[in-house]
Amino acid sequence: MSPDIVLFIILAAIAIVSAIAMIVTRNAVHSALFLVVVMVVLALFFLGLGGPFIAMVQITVYAGAIMVLFLFVVMLLGAERVGAQSGLRWQIPAALALGVILLVAAGLLLFSAQATAAAVEPQPAASFDTVIPEACAEDVALIQASGVVQGTPCLVGDSLFTSYLFPFEVVSILLLAAMVGAVVLTRRPREQGA
Amino acid sequence: MSSQSFILLYPYLIGLSAVLFTLGVIGVLARRNALIIFMSVELMLNAANHAFVTFARQLNQLDGQVFVFFVMTVAAAEVAVGLAIIVNLFRLRETVFVDEINLLKG
Repeated sequence: MSPDIVLFIILAAIAIVSAIAMIVTRNAVHSALFLVVVMVVLALFFLGLGGPFIAMVQITVYAGAIMVLFLFVVMLLGAERVGAQSGLRWQIPAALALGVILLVAAGLLLFSAQATAAAVEPQPAASFDTVIPEACAEDVALIQASGVVQGTPCLVGDSLFTSYLFPFEVVSILLLAAMVGAVVLTRRPREQGA
Repeated sequence: MSSQSFILLYPYLIGLSAVLFTLGVIGVLARRNALIIFMSVELMLNAANHAFVTFARQLNQLDGQVFVFFVMTVAAAEVAVGLAIIVNLFRLRETVFVDEINLLKG
């Protein structure tokens, strides 16, 4: 077995075990910490798949900001205690059965002969170039030498601020709306006439 | 990771995405703590991001990685609003368990 496959098996095992532990554990703080482990492992996968920028964003935004927000709310509410009993006794078996059906369906699609044949032939990156002329010369030279596209900050920025400029601006307005919404929702109601 | 032997792993990388997504779905369906349900949704988004990056690598294009950036931004917005709603619910009903939150009237 090549080192890549060993690495893949170890990381995938850590990710899957952590995800299962996240669902199973009764303590919400432990759940959040297991989810951080899954996100860090996925960041390592992003690094291996040629996305250094997206891997660092994954760690800072997801494992950092979003999970800190989660932990903050869990501890603020004191919601880490053991869960109440469910009124639905068949809920967990039904959830497991539906999950297995979903996994089998996804596996059938994924490992059907046609999909596998298409997957093992990667596309060449011979004609890779930036949208802005002459931008990121070092990164482009590296990609054309190795034939593997790397998502460096410069190249992701080049794509983000040219081809994807409009979605980028839409997302900025979405974040503003979410920020206003979060503030309005959590504001304590004032007394009448205040 | 070298580019040659990693190529053979693409179905398994997408398979890992599928397994993580399924675990997220099971978490949403089986748990009753609203915070855990929310974390499971985040797990599903992460699984989708992993599939995006894998396909971007396979097709040798950057667009998949740019899309992951957008998914992360939308997830951040969703978490901010969603957690605000959960905090509000807790103030109102003193619980975060979704089967105790069964009235439309507050």
